[in-house]
Amino acid sequence: MFDSGLTRRSLLTGTLAAGSLGLAGIPLARAEPQWKKFSGSTLEVNLIKSPRGDILQKYEKEFTELTGIKVASEQIPEQQQRQKAVIELTSGKPSFDVVHLSYHVQKRQFEKAKWLADFSAFLKDASLTEATLTESDFSSAGLLYARNQQGEMRSLPFSVDYWIVYWNKELFAKKGLQYPETFDDMVRAAEALTDPKEGIYGFVARGLRNANVPVWTSFLLGHGVDPVDASGNLLTDGPEAIEAAKLYQRLLTKAAPPGVAGFNWSECQSAFLQGKIGMWLDGVGFAPPLEDPTKSRVVGKVGYGVMPRGPKTRASATFGDGIGVTEASQKKEAGYLYCQWAISKLMGGRLLQTGSGVPFRHSVLNDAEIRQGVKMPAAWVDAVAESAKISRLGLPVVIPVTEFRDIIGTGLTATLSGGDPAAEMRKATEQFKPVLERSERA
Amino acid sequence: MSDLVMEKAAGEARPAAEQPTAGRRMAAYWPFVLPAVIVVGSVIVFPWVFTIWMSLHEWKIGGASSFVGLANYLRLTTDPRFGEAVVHTLVYTVLAVILPLVLGTLAALVFHARFPARGFLRGLFVMPMMATPVAIALVWTMMFHPELGVLNYLLSLVGIPPQLWVFHPVTVIPSLVLVETWQWTPLVMLILLGGLAAIPTEPYESALIDGAGRWQMFRYITLPMLAPFLMVAAIIRTIDALKSFDIIYAITQGGPGTASETINLYLYSVAFAYYDVGYGSAIAVVFFTLVVGLSVLLLYLRQRTKWTEAGAAI
Repeated sequence: MFDSGLTRRSLLTGTLAAGSLGLAGIPLARAEPQWKKFSGSTLEVNLIKSPRGDILQKYEKEFTELTGIKVASEQIPEQQQRQKAVIELTSGKPSFDVVHLSYHVQKRQFEKAKWLADFSAFLKDASLTEATLTESDFSSAGLLYARNQQGEMRSLPFSVDYWIVYWNKELFAKKGLQYPETFDDMVRAAEALTDPKEGIYGFVARGLRNANVPVWTSFLLGHGVDPVDASGNLLTDGPEAIEAAKLYQRLLTKAAPPGVAGFNWSECQSAFLQGKIGMWLDGVGFAPPLEDPTKSRVVGKVGYGVMPRGPKTRASATFGDGIGVTEASQKKEAGYLYCQWAISKLMGGRLLQTGSGVPFRHSVLNDAEIRQGVKMPAAWVDAVAESAKISRLGLPVVIPVTEFRDIIGTGLTATLSGGDPAAEMRKATEQFKPVLERSERA
Repeated sequence: MSDLVMEKAAGEARPAAEQPTAGRRMAAYWPFVLPAVIVVGSVIVFPWVFTIWMSLHEWKIGGASSFVGLANYLRLTTDPRFGEAVVHTLVYTVLAVILPLVLGTLAALVFHARFPARGFLRGLFVMPMMATPVAIALVWTMMFHPELGVLNYLLSLVGIPPQLWVFHPVTVIPSLVLVETWQWTPLVMLILLGGLAAIPTEPYESALIDGAGRWQMFRYITLPMLAPFLMVAAIIRTIDALKSFDIIYAITQGGPGTASETINLYLYSVAFAYYDVGYGSAIAVVFFTLVVGLSVLLLYLRQRTKWTEAGAAI
């Protein structure tokens, strides 16, 4: 499955360390980690059911060969995994040592409760950390996610999801259109492409409450504004937020297929796969089925575009997963070795090449050999790399992220039934304010 | 009565020394009662007492809890989302009870009659009841799809324009009720078939002699005599519809927006997505009260529809 010809041995036990000696700030004589130091121990690993989790489970025997540490892992669907993790971590005696977390939902919650072990000392320990693993190798979004306010790393950034625009090159060509450079161009193209009589629609994105918020934040970030500012003030009813909601309403009511108010990513993907959608705004991770001839009618016709420029800036809403060791675990070092293996160049390469996810590490993304083995078109890899440069967090770093998504998302969905964007955003903001205050007070 | 007299006489015949005292009697009873007390206490009573206790606290998982008295209940009164959820629950319940009752009655009348392959067709008719709700939900989600779904294709064959089904706030609840009706009409039919089989034939014979028509026989004989069975079906359906979760969650997750969010779904979000256990417990207590209240009302109505010894429903 690993097409580049890279092998576990060549990367993990040799090339990785040797090839990285030139990285800034790394001592040239740095020793190999003592992989076998915790041989014989067993780790309980709790993963989110996803292609990323599949990859980790598929190759965990290699980790056992490398370290002598046995792995007992389980994959649980995302929502249920989050519930299980939070409930068990609250109990103080979680049944797992290593946990896979969604930064965009759980970062603040995990940091505030200090549920994860601090890796700061481990990262400096040459007997535990391979030389390639440096903070500077992570993208800025990865560091933003993994570091807490005190600068501690209590998890390692595992996989990032940048939001891009999938576009149907054939439909664009028929209308003589170019890929949009700005939000205004995007609206014009979407409306020009839309032809309900032919069942063709220019744009699709999530309309379902909660799931739809990243669509709106993608527009908001283009206005140079985050939903919550650095001081914790809500900016969800400001002029930029309302403009972003108007854009959301316009695209999803004038250029999107009927019923979009109930669409999550899967319905959007199904519609795009049929070849009757001009543009689809969503995460890079949903690309593989588009190029699968057994599932897609748009194989070879898909363009992978970086998010168009907004009135103020060009920004790609970013989401991500991390992996950490619980504070309650008695096997913190062994767990850290697992986390390090999970985000290693070997595993990151596999993640990228299979389209299962995108690593946060520059050394993986920029590795020519790994890029050659990527099954997805080169345009996809380029879109990933370009999006990394304009990456901005897609959701606010607050504890009640789910409430935020539910409440703001309800307002956005209401705009699709004719609700006034300004009124809906103000109403949603009023509803969310006390929730945020309560959470900060707690 | 005569058994009682005999028991009393037997007791009187025993010598006074053999009479067990009240304390000894209790001691003899407890070993039999205790297991049930422990099971009921730990499985039913304790969770409820604990839920009520939690509902009196502001408690978010991961944070400290503090006693807030009835604040969570007062918050319910000002929570528009809870109010909407109550309305959605009631609308959904009413529709999801009435439609299966009406269609189930019709189906029972059809399948009560004798015709070739009746057994096979009955078996076929009850199959939706056996399917897993989430699997049903996934199939219906595809069928409801406005562009790719088979339902709009079927409508197009008879010249009806495509509908948005679960993808529009106005049609979402009726569409979900359609799934619920499809799945649970067979249950109502089975209950009523039992009822129809229990109705004696004499009243029909008398009615025929008196010149009654089919409708009159149904209205004045079948329906009143089926009433107790209809009430049983109504109680089961009401409780089921009130606590319906899986189908709604799997198809719409309460959307679009919150247009199909019932109390159950809201409770789930509050407790397990927002981790607001205190407020979630308050919703659970109110929801439980609503379910019990409606069930008691229906049980009362059932008592009123019971047959008297004279054979008439009162």
